[in-house]
Amino acid sequence: MNASLSWIKAYVPDLETTDQEFFDAMTLSGTKGESYTRLDKNLEKIVVGQLKSIEPHPDADKLVICQVDIGTEIIQIVTGASNMKVGDRVPVVLDGGRVAGGHDGSANPEDGIKITAGKLRGVLSNGMMCSIEELGSSREFYPEAPENGLYIFPEDTQLGADAAEVLGLRDTVFEYEITSNRVDCYSILGIAREAAATYNLPFHMPQVSVEETSEKTSDYISVEVRDTDLCTRYCARVVTDIHIAPSPKWMQRRLASCGIRPINNLVDITNYIMLEYGQPMHAYNLDTVAGHHIVVKRAADGETFTTLDGQERKLDSEVLMICDADKEIGIAGIMGGENSMITDDVKTVLFEAATFNGPNIRKSAKRIGLRTDASGFFEKGLDPVNAEDAINRACQLISELGCGKVTSGIVEAGAPVAPQKKITLEPDRINALLGTDISRDEMVAILKREQITVDGDQIIVPSFRQDLNQMCDIAEEVARFFGYDKIPTTLPKSSATTGKLTFKMRVEAKAREVAQFCGFSQAYTYSFESPKVFDKLLLPEDAKERKCIRISNPLGEDFSVMRTISLNGMLTSLSTNYNRRNKDVRLYEMGNIYVAKKLPLTELPDERMQLTLGFYGEGDFYSMKGVIEEFLDSIGMLDKVEYDPKAGKPFLHPGRQAKVVYDGEEIGYLGEVHPQVCDNYDMDTHVYIAVIDLPAVLPHASFDRIYTGIAKFPAVTRDISMVVPSDILAGDIEHMIRQRGGKILESLELFDIYEGAQIKAGFKSMAYSLSFRDKEKTLSDDEVSAAMKKILNGLESMKIELRS
Amino acid sequence: MMKEKLDQLREEALKQIKETDSADRLNEIRVAFLGKKGELTGILKSMKDVAPEDRPKVGQMVNDTRAEIEKVLEESKTRMESAIREAKMKAEVIDVTLPAKKNKVGHRHPNTIALEEVERIFVGMGYEVVEGPEVEKDYYNFEALNIPADHPAKDEQDTFYINADLLLRTQTSSTQVHEMEKGRIPIKMIAPGRVFRADEVDATHSPSFHQVEGLVVDKDITFADLKGTLAEFSKQIFGPDTKVKFRPHHFPFTEPSAEMDVSCFKCGGKGCRFCKGEGWIEILGCGMVHPHVLEMSGIDPKEYTGFAFGVGLERIALLKYEIDDMRLLYENDIRFLKQF
Repeated sequence: MNASLSWIKAYVPDLETTDQEFFDAMTLSGTKGESYTRLDKNLEKIVVGQLKSIEPHPDADKLVICQVDIGTEIIQIVTGASNMKVGDRVPVVLDGGRVAGGHDGSANPEDGIKITAGKLRGVLSNGMMCSIEELGSSREFYPEAPENGLYIFPEDTQLGADAAEVLGLRDTVFEYEITSNRVDCYSILGIAREAAATYNLPFHMPQVSVEETSEKTSDYISVEVRDTDLCTRYCARVVTDIHIAPSPKWMQRRLASCGIRPINNLVDITNYIMLEYGQPMHAYNLDTVAGHHIVVKRAADGETFTTLDGQERKLDSEVLMICDADKEIGIAGIMGGENSMITDDVKTVLFEAATFNGPNIRKSAKRIGLRTDASGFFEKGLDPVNAEDAINRACQLISELGCGKVTSGIVEAGAPVAPQKKITLEPDRINALLGTDISRDEMVAILKREQITVDGDQIIVPSFRQDLNQMCDIAEEVARFFGYDKIPTTLPKSSATTGKLTFKMRVEAKAREVAQFCGFSQAYTYSFESPKVFDKLLLPEDAKERKCIRISNPLGEDFSVMRTISLNGMLTSLSTNYNRRNKDVRLYEMGNIYVAKKLPLTELPDERMQLTLGFYGEGDFYSMKGVIEEFLDSIGMLDKVEYDPKAGKPFLHPGRQAKVVYDGEEIGYLGEVHPQVCDNYDMDTHVYIAVIDLPAVLPHASFDRIYTGIAKFPAVTRDISMVVPSDILAGDIEHMIRQRGGKILESLELFDIYEGAQIKAGFKSMAYSLSFRDKEKTLSDDEVSAAMKKILNGLESMKIELRS
Repeated sequence: MMKEKLDQLREEALKQIKETDSADRLNEIRVAFLGKKGELTGILKSMKDVAPEDRPKVGQMVNDTRAEIEKVLEESKTRMESAIREAKMKAEVIDVTLPAKKNKVGHRHPNTIALEEVERIFVGMGYEVVEGPEVEKDYYNFEALNIPADHPAKDEQDTFYINADLLLRTQTSSTQVHEMEKGRIPIKMIAPGRVFRADEVDATHSPSFHQVEGLVVDKDITFADLKGTLAEFSKQIFGPDTKVKFRPHHFPFTEPSAEMDVSCFKCGGKGCRFCKGEGWIEILGCGMVHPHVLEMSGIDPKEYTGFAFGVGLERIALLKYEIDDMRLLYENDIRFLKQF
């Protein structure tokens, strides 16, 4: 919402302020300024001058030499303009002055253009005469300006006067962000009312009295509202003897300050009222209104209607229409029809000021695909009382500006106007909510500043303040004008509470910590992705991951399904790095996947937090396995972890993948990414990933530790070197050794593994170092030998040969 | 006579020790004088020629001589070893300006840094950290927050829908409702999490971002408490000199409502490119929980009041680290992540 300071001052005449101060004060009382623009920015030393003579330039065909009377003296100016004649009054920038831009209307430089006296083709020029573009505006807002050339003032303009002032440019336009609850502030009057309250100054509403003819409006028009749920009020007035002409300069300037182009008196008045009162109006050519009868009712499904922009619109039974006796003549609150539009030869006009159901207008505008200035207002839900005030004000301007004759009275229909709302003033509760000690009198005074009256303990809520309903709303009004800054600053005196993270969050924090120590940096990727991801990951048609949740209104196919597997984000991020030639990249992510319990979705899905790790460059499968083990160790889960090569993940290398199993239950997987998947993600390198499903981990995770003492007795070590059939897993051998080694087996370590020339085909050589220790005593040779014997028997039964 | 012999022997030993600079030679000297076949042992062997009454005295003299030679030998050895070590270290000088061999530690994402900061501050003030679902029921995201079906705010938030009843939450405020419904008062919680809005990706927008919601409900909670709490938070996160400014605003689920600005932590409030010359930066929205919201969640607004606030994590991260493009946060280029 834009509002110029001069227009606001029209209703708050005592307002004395600077731009910045006004901007800040309004923001602090709740009318948030976005920015403000001085209309006379970079306009310096520009006066009204009169051309006394125009002579040709001796050395340039396209230049002329002018003598210009600027009130105090006559100066010589050389110009290339040609639209002026002797006697014309024009804007003149004096030596050392400044203009906003060039005459071609291109973007204005930040600091404008400085004008200095100088010679043009050898002839002295003491300034410059300007076009409207050079003054920072355009023909759009100054329709009387010529298309090309100097702006020419009316003949009665005073010589030497400040040209910016004469043009109405000594003004500042403020842009406000109005919150959805303050419908009344989408109007200059609303903002002026806030300004008066902010500065505690008198507020002057326009004094409205309509000069009416003796003819009765009701003889011209009748109105019937059939759907009062969608049209709360419909006010109609009639203007006869229409005389179309330009509107006066003051009105044009005010419209222009809000970015609205002046057209003619009739159009300008409706636009003016929309800005001043926040009430859009519509004008129909009454001669096209069949039966001089208006019916407001819902459209029929599938009907079409041509709006005044010539477009055919498809309607449905939730769209409210303005109709005459025979046909539709406008889409209520959105746009009038081509069949009833005002033309230059219009004689009699029907003015409509109505209020409609806001949400209905919003939805209709959306469905029809036509959002207009008017619908933007109506969808907020307008005040029915204001509609009547606005149409009267419009008719006052009609007769004042000689635009036509207003017939006598309003014809109206609609729902009964709601009774005046009352709220009990409860100073104690207000103070208790705010933490303040504001007196009742001060509260009453604040409300009065806002044009809200208090009768006894009852607050009489004006119709324009539909947002005020209960004590907390009044508390906000009091707080705003008391000053948010003056409310004390305290901390809650409430009962003591303990601050804490959930166990899940602590495990997640541990995962982040371990990943970082292992060299992984944290990635964040989106929760939604393309359904094509499943193909990229080589998931079969019946894979459970394909049972995904679809967003009904996604930003596009690429963001249309909620992820059911966390790899796409990781592989995409790794690919981004790989293709930017970043070396040795390690990333991890903590993020949810969304698993539907049933599709289509009827209840909330299972949101499963995944720790996803991925890297390329330095490292291999076992580096990734090491990270998993560091994490599991940190949450007390390392002892029962096993790796099952039959992981069944189609997106991983078939020979280099493992399920991570804890106590028989799958808690995640890891492996080398399938070369085809690497291709799909444009990576020509080995990529390793691991995923840990946190909900599977949480029931087993623990931060508890018990100190077991540091061994006092010596360890005995024995090495075993063996030749093992290739298909036997190290994990199986280790499992057997641990079982047979018994309590005294402290640890085992694979220190050599070899497959190749010296070993027969189908076998690999492996060597373990076993360490035995008893916590209570020094082990005897016999004890160790007994344990070793069991282990060796075990190896034999697995068809493993010992090497000498 | 024996004394002279011993003195002579001592002089000779000390002289030889002094003349040498080799550890081997020192050992030879030790053997030559003090060894089993050494000169001093020889003298000891000749004790039998000494009168028995003089033997203790001579014995003492021999022992003193041995002790002295040993002492000098030991000193010399120590000196020599230390000289050798010095020489060795001189040869071991390195160029300390050569590149470091770093442990390849990974880096936290700026969002997480901001989140951990916010959590630390509020946990310190006695807030519990909780979570809510990202796929949410319309009721929790809108209706229970005083945003009924026809409310314009529902359009403003450009919601991603799964179906008529389920959506991707547009605000962590939904967690407020879950927490209030538990019926445990006092409530003092923050709820961080991912939220979604149908905004096209550009330098300042992302269809998915993160918020931290805060909620306090108890007897006698005031707007002044809200101000005090957020002022303390701002000082802790943006620095002790940070000033706060509360501006009236509107949210359907709070009344009175406010937006909070902090004095620009880059320029201290003088005005710079970060605060667009204003000296203030908008940080969060907040307010007193609307009585209707309390009521809908089963809390009696006549007995209890509360305040709530919501802050964007990305906003804090972008501002604090002067990140000029939000897309960087979701691209995961290692050259970006390494800077944090």
